[in-house]
Amino acid sequence: MMRGLQQVLAVTWLNLRNLPQRVGSSIVAVIGVAAVVLVFAAVLSMAKGFERTMISAGSEDTAIIVRSGSTSELTSGLSNEQVLIVADAPGVLKDGDDSVISAELYVVVDVKKKTSNTDANVPFRGVQAGAFDVRKDVTITEGRMFEAGKNEIVVGRSAQQEFAGLDTGSTIRFGQTDWNIVGTFAAGGSVSESELWTDVRILQSAYRRGNSFQSVRVKLQSSGSLNVLKTALDEDPRIDPDVMTEKEYYSGQAEGLSKFIKIIGYPLTILMSIGAVFGALNSMYSSVSVRGKEIATLRALGFGPTSILISTMVESTLLALIGGLLGGATAYLVFNGFQVSTLNGPSFSQVVFDFAVTGDLLVDGLYAALIIGAFGGLLPAIRAARLPVAQALREL
Amino acid sequence: MKYFRLIWKNAWRKKVRTLLTILSVFVAFLLFALLSAIGFAFRGGVDVADAERLIIIDKVSLINLLPMSYMSRIASTDGVESVTHASWFGGYYQEPRNQFGQFPVDPQSYFDMYSEFNIPEEQLEAFKQNRTGAVVGQDIAATYGWKIGDRIPIQATIWTKADGGRTWEFDLEGIFSTDDPRGSSALMLFQYDYFEEARAFAKGTVGWYVLRVAKGADPIRVANTIDLQFSNSPNETKTSTEAAFAQSFTKQFGNIALIVTLILGAVFFTLLLVSGNTMSQSVRERISELAVLKTLGFNDRTVLGVVLSESILIMLLGGLLGLGLGWLVVQGLAKQMAAFLPGVFLSPGAIAAGIGMMIGAGILAGIFPALKAMRLSIIDALARA
Amino acid sequence: MSDVLARLKGVSRIYQKGKERVEVLHELDLEIPDGDFIAIMGPSGSGKTTLLNLLGGLDKPTAGTVSVGGAELSSMSNSQLSKWRSTHVGFIFQFYNLLPVLTALRNVELPLLLTNFNARERVKRASIALDIVGLADRARHYPRELSGGQEQRVAIARAIVSDPSLLLCDEPTGDLDRDTADEILRLLQVLNREHGKTIVMVTHDAQAAEFANRTLHCDKGTLEAKEAA
Repeated sequence: MMRGLQQVLAVTWLNLRNLPQRVGSSIVAVIGVAAVVLVFAAVLSMAKGFERTMISAGSEDTAIIVRSGSTSELTSGLSNEQVLIVADAPGVLKDGDDSVISAELYVVVDVKKKTSNTDANVPFRGVQAGAFDVRKDVTITEGRMFEAGKNEIVVGRSAQQEFAGLDTGSTIRFGQTDWNIVGTFAAGGSVSESELWTDVRILQSAYRRGNSFQSVRVKLQSSGSLNVLKTALDEDPRIDPDVMTEKEYYSGQAEGLSKFIKIIGYPLTILMSIGAVFGALNSMYSSVSVRGKEIATLRALGFGPTSILISTMVESTLLALIGGLLGGATAYLVFNGFQVSTLNGPSFSQVVFDFAVTGDLLVDGLYAALIIGAFGGLLPAIRAARLPVAQALREL
Repeated sequence: MKYFRLIWKNAWRKKVRTLLTILSVFVAFLLFALLSAIGFAFRGGVDVADAERLIIIDKVSLINLLPMSYMSRIASTDGVESVTHASWFGGYYQEPRNQFGQFPVDPQSYFDMYSEFNIPEEQLEAFKQNRTGAVVGQDIAATYGWKIGDRIPIQATIWTKADGGRTWEFDLEGIFSTDDPRGSSALMLFQYDYFEEARAFAKGTVGWYVLRVAKGADPIRVANTIDLQFSNSPNETKTSTEAAFAQSFTKQFGNIALIVTLILGAVFFTLLLVSGNTMSQSVRERISELAVLKTLGFNDRTVLGVVLSESILIMLLGGLLGLGLGWLVVQGLAKQMAAFLPGVFLSPGAIAAGIGMMIGAGILAGIFPALKAMRLSIIDALARA
Repeated sequence: MSDVLARLKGVSRIYQKGKERVEVLHELDLEIPDGDFIAIMGPSGSGKTTLLNLLGGLDKPTAGTVSVGGAELSSMSNSQLSKWRSTHVGFIFQFYNLLPVLTALRNVELPLLLTNFNARERVKRASIALDIVGLADRARHYPRELSGGQEQRVAIARAIVSDPSLLLCDEPTGDLDRDTADEILRLLQVLNREHGKTIVMVTHDAQAAEFANRTLHCDKGTLEAKEAA
């Protein structure tokens, strides 16, 4: 047993030392695998980044109420009376006598994207005073908060970076109304940063929405209060709501696009991996044939076929691993943190997010690389082990 | 091509190697076909957009509604041949994830405007006569297995009915299709009159107008005239060509075309490496044979041509198979995705580009080995053997 | 045996290897009459292969002229030489150099791809050539399915298929056993005596040289005639 292991190690080490002689086909195998891992990581990091932005927006302590059956805030509608019912419902956190609440409404406006200079749909949200309190980690980073009753806007940090004309201190015109941008806010990198906020009353009047809202956000007394709130509102005949945590809501919103990216990304990766397996097979067969004499000599000297087989598998797997690391590193260096924005169906507006090349993506990429290496090496390894020794020696 | 046998036999020198290379090419071009088709869908039907149709929306926000009263004023504007309207209903069938376009329209003028939609005369008539009637595109009918005569309930998310309910029921009176395989028929159309009567709010409004420019009139000028007409009114308009309108959406998806190009770039780069390696090995193995060809009187250029043709042949074999399978898959994929990404299509332009790339890749992969073969010195090559 | 087919006049061939100048052939004169069969013997490095290369237009002399069948090879361009080779000379090598991916018939057909003959004509001529060397029944076999002697005969058929006047052989029997070698040499004699081919054969086998009409000795870049012992 020990001798067998020694044999395997000796042959494997010899094989790896000789690798530089087969540089050409080895490089081909490495790059083939690197390309697969690179594309895999790049495409799926879009999904991850998008999810992260959407989901990090959602707080477990905040409940969002929209009209039942709405697929998003945009398609929901709540009256002022219904907002007051929510404010008084059990389970809602109170600050003194006041509920921590923000009833909101948003419209979609056209702003130009900086990179392409084309129009994009950006969410313009009207909020109440409690907007910062019902969300987590929202702070003003520049300028100040807007004053109620005035045509003033604060812009989200990502929106400011991605779209033109949103600098603090400037004025922007939507339709027939001018708005002053008085500040910038950050929201922990979440989707809220892709938005423009103003006083909900001003927005309602500018867009002739009377006294209607689309959603209400409330801070829960405790994370267990959701059910209390939900039951109370469901039972009230004056309101027909969907009640969920903000986190749940945003997960639902993110689902469509991120599923779409995954539906494209995973099959794409599988197809590319199959191509990479063909490439690896090619390289390994060529490697085995180049090593023909060396293998025959080793066999004649008494090394068993198993050691030959394992040494070939190790070569193949090692090359694939190097490719996987190379592809992953490149994906990380090039794509991680790269900011893009895209249209999110349900909200009908832009979401700004970063590519997120996360650790688990890189690990998945390495798994893929290992699988490619194993498949690419198996058949050639078997051929190497079964090489007819006498014939190979005769050709010396 | 009397050299074909020589080229073919040489290509298959090492059967396994050639087969694996062809399979790599096959995968690359299968990917190319699929990504091209999806990329095409993201262009949002820009290619099918009718050059003489204009879309009129509210200037401030796409989701704002326009007054119905604009209809006659638009119709009487100079340069306008015909007008119709539509609105976004935004409901779903049975489950929230079953979303697709539903528009309340004026049946006759809508089908007149969208002449690429084909519907049997009697079905259109039945639709017109039935206030609660509806027609759907064949893609939608196929997806949900609907037949004419079915009663279809649609859940409204925005449009509650005046009676408080949110389920709108329609009688399926017809199924329409589109001429153009690139376009999509993922739509449901029902009667605006019913919509107007039964909805709880926003009466007297529509989502957008579509007009056809009169022959010989300049679309841009007509657009400007219309917008001017409604400027400084409570509902200012933004009029653009159908193509520009479609593009305004696709551009919002960020640069899908760029991403697709980058992915394909990585794929083809790898492919060139694999094939280039195969070709150079193949040439290296038969230096003495190539030298013999030269002694027989094959001149340098012919030898170059023979090697290069071999490389191109391998690319064509794998590539045509890949494009072929890709085309078949796209047909099925388009149907699957019709509801949420319409217009998945492998265009003739993409196919031509693919074939061009096969030849280009064949040349690139084979050029260095071919030059080596061309330039080899007969004497040195034979002496080495 | 009257007209001169090939003439070398004052031919020198010098190779520059880095700083070293190697003179492989030194002011050589040679006349080969039409229909002759000569053997050239000599130690390795003596320049005999270079001599063959010059006669076949595979190489150009550093000084002097080479003319074969009236064509002045030393002044022709590479593409002109290619064209000339395809119809005027046939090569036979020690290691046969058949294309392993083609059958015997298709190997023999190769030189004819450079002509204007249509497919049927090419196959007909290739079959005739195979017949002359006695391998008509092996037309569809691949080189790996043939013995050494058979491979060499296919190579000879390839060399004569476009009916060249000159055959150049470089150690044609070097890789064959005695009996097979004799068969090949007898075939060469038939080609010379019955088909009028002029043959120049380089060999280091004295017994092979006996099949030729006369033997020349090549040493240090010069030729001498030596009477057969």
